[in-house]
Amino acid sequence: MNPLLRAGDWLILLASISVVATLMLHYWWQTTPGERLLIHQNGAVFLNAPLTQNRIIDVPGPLGITRIELKNRQARVLSDPGPRQLCVRQGWITHAGDVAICLPNRISLEITGTTRPYDSLDY
Amino acid sequence: MTAWTIDVTEQDANLAWMAALAVSLMWAESALPSPIPGIKPGLANIVTLLVLRRHGLMPAVWVSGLRIVAGSLLLGSFLTPGFVLSCAGASASLLMLTMLYRIPKRWLGMTGLSIAAAFSHTAAQLTVVSFWLMPQTPVWALSPLFFALAWLAGLVNGILAERWWREEHLADA
Repeated sequence: MNPLLRAGDWLILLASISVVATLMLHYWWQTTPGERLLIHQNGAVFLNAPLTQNRIIDVPGPLGITRIELKNRQARVLSDPGPRQLCVRQGWITHAGDVAICLPNRISLEITGTTRPYDSLDY
Repeated sequence: MTAWTIDVTEQDANLAWMAALAVSLMWAESALPSPIPGIKPGLANIVTLLVLRRHGLMPAVWVSGLRIVAGSLLLGSFLTPGFVLSCAGASASLLMLTMLYRIPKRWLGMTGLSIAAAFSHTAAQLTVVSFWLMPQTPVWALSPLFFALAWLAGLVNGILAERWWREEHLADA
């Protein structure tokens, strides 16, 4: 007797479970609203501002200026002199614990909430 | 009086029976209590899957379309938001099935087709709800629940369809 589920069935089964898991993580895991934007430059706090502000922040680093936008309680990196543009492509970050790191320019953004959830940066 | 006849082929008659069966399933499950409107097992999709495998894509589109129109007339939801949601869900499912159903049976059975179709069904309905019906409500925040239930319904319907199809196939042989 043929198996009830074929290779493609298993593939779709597993892919769909991972979609559900990703959605759960995204929407349910860490929905603590962000309160402040914390920018570090070379390990030192460059800015700690409430998310309610709407502004553009230029942060100087060893490679040049990293431009950060703060708007509608979200933050993103508008431009960065780094080669791979990882932090720019990450897009908006908004929940407490979200981080974007522009490693080449030694700049990191972090959204903090009223209580700071644990993540790898705390170790 | 002008006599006019429509030539009904054997396949037409067969598809009409299938659509009628799908409508019955739709009607039967509308009697089930549901905690959130729109959450239902979608048993009628088993019929769509069987027709797709037995007769091909266009017959499956026909049975699906007939079921939605006839079923909504029966349930009194024709042209209501629920009807639009049904159409959106069915279109998305059929689009997904169009992409997947040519994959040989020995690679992909009914279960995979059913889950994939259930997911695109749910995605289309959530999109319609978030853009048109309830644009101010964060419906996507509930999407894990909807997709998890779609996964379950897709899995169960797919396995049922697979088993029925195999039983029928064994009888033919």
